[in-house]
Amino acid sequence: MTDQKLISRRGALKCMAYGGAGTLFALSGGVFTPIDLANAASDPHGTAKLGKPLFVQISDTHIGFNKEANPDVNGTLTRSIALVNGMSEQPGLIIHTGDITHLSKPSEFDTAQQLFSGLRVTEMHTVPGEHDTSDATVTEYFNRFGKASNNKGYYSFDHAGVHFIGLINVLQFKAGGLGTLGTEQLEWVEADLKGRSASTPIVVFAHMPLWSIYEPWGWGTGDAPQLMTYLHRFGSVTVLNGHIHQVVQKVEGNITFHTALSTAYPQPAAGVGGGPGPLKVPAEQLPGMLGVRTVSVVKHPQSMEFTDTTLS
Amino acid sequence: MSVKLIIAAAIMAATIGLTQGGAAQAAQTISISAQNFMFSPATITVKAGATVTWVNHDEEPHTIFNDAGLFRSSALDTNDSFSYTFDKPGTYHYVCTIHPRMTGTIIVE
Repeated sequence: MTDQKLISRRGALKCMAYGGAGTLFALSGGVFTPIDLANAASDPHGTAKLGKPLFVQISDTHIGFNKEANPDVNGTLTRSIALVNGMSEQPGLIIHTGDITHLSKPSEFDTAQQLFSGLRVTEMHTVPGEHDTSDATVTEYFNRFGKASNNKGYYSFDHAGVHFIGLINVLQFKAGGLGTLGTEQLEWVEADLKGRSASTPIVVFAHMPLWSIYEPWGWGTGDAPQLMTYLHRFGSVTVLNGHIHQVVQKVEGNITFHTALSTAYPQPAAGVGGGPGPLKVPAEQLPGMLGVRTVSVVKHPQSMEFTDTTLS
Repeated sequence: MSVKLIIAAAIMAATIGLTQGGAAQAAQTISISAQNFMFSPATITVKAGATVTWVNHDEEPHTIFNDAGLFRSSALDTNDSFSYTFDKPGTYHYVCTIHPRMTGTIIVE
């Protein structure tokens, strides 16, 4: 277990240093550990050790972005999908943690869905990012992905003994503030978790970080502490977010927090430069800063392993 | 041909007359820049009837959203703009929904 955790930490650090393609998750000693997908792909024996992949996290695909930081986001998403499709054992499902599109345009959603259809895994669960709800009527995302949540944006489901909760924290924004879950959604989570065994592994996913990483850039969710009061009694809680286009992790008791790489473009570290915009890097460095994440069950349900894999 | 010209001249005269006849304030146009994750100027006072145009100069998209629900733009990509005409006096706050720390105020006199 210790070795695996060390390896995945190293993988995560590599992602932070170079940027990425995606992340694989495995539960290790009750703690999900992210593993860099590019590393996993270049080290087939490493992935073989992980056991069956539970799911893959893809984030911040930003279809429609066409600036200097990455003029070909369709291409890097396609490469990320190829990475996932190339895994020897296919994960049970895909989780997309938001910012599917860049400008919430119908054509961008159409392109994204067309590219996603290239995944061998057909089950995909999504939550929207603020870039997916920036159309004036806030309907484009829900028209396509709203069914799972009855157009509310939040929902839960069970898979392989793990309880998954998708949350939306990009709608009730407050001027100058952070993401917001809102009272109605928080009450729903409390009811959803009530009566569940504390030994049930929980995975919570939302676009904006559910802990404060850097408030001046809005990298946090104002009422997330209330959410945590419902989660503390569970033995294994994994919180997955996107939004900041880099891997940052934190452990708080039984709750582990992980942000993910984007498949589109990297962003600066917290507070570096004028704001959280696209980070331009030399072309040869970009693939190492984009990626996906895979989560595997090592010793179900007590052990999961996370792998962040970059496109490099 | 000549009839058409006369009609056109009459319309022009009427338009000029209208502008000069006290609706000069309607010609006021204000530009606000969204740049480096800030609205500039962040607070501005205009006359009733003024048209305010926001232009995004960042590589990140921004939106213009009035918390009272009066106006809301789609996501503005680089160099995209959004305009709104303020007919009634009052104080109007707005925010970028993608970057809510970006806020601004229009005071209409």
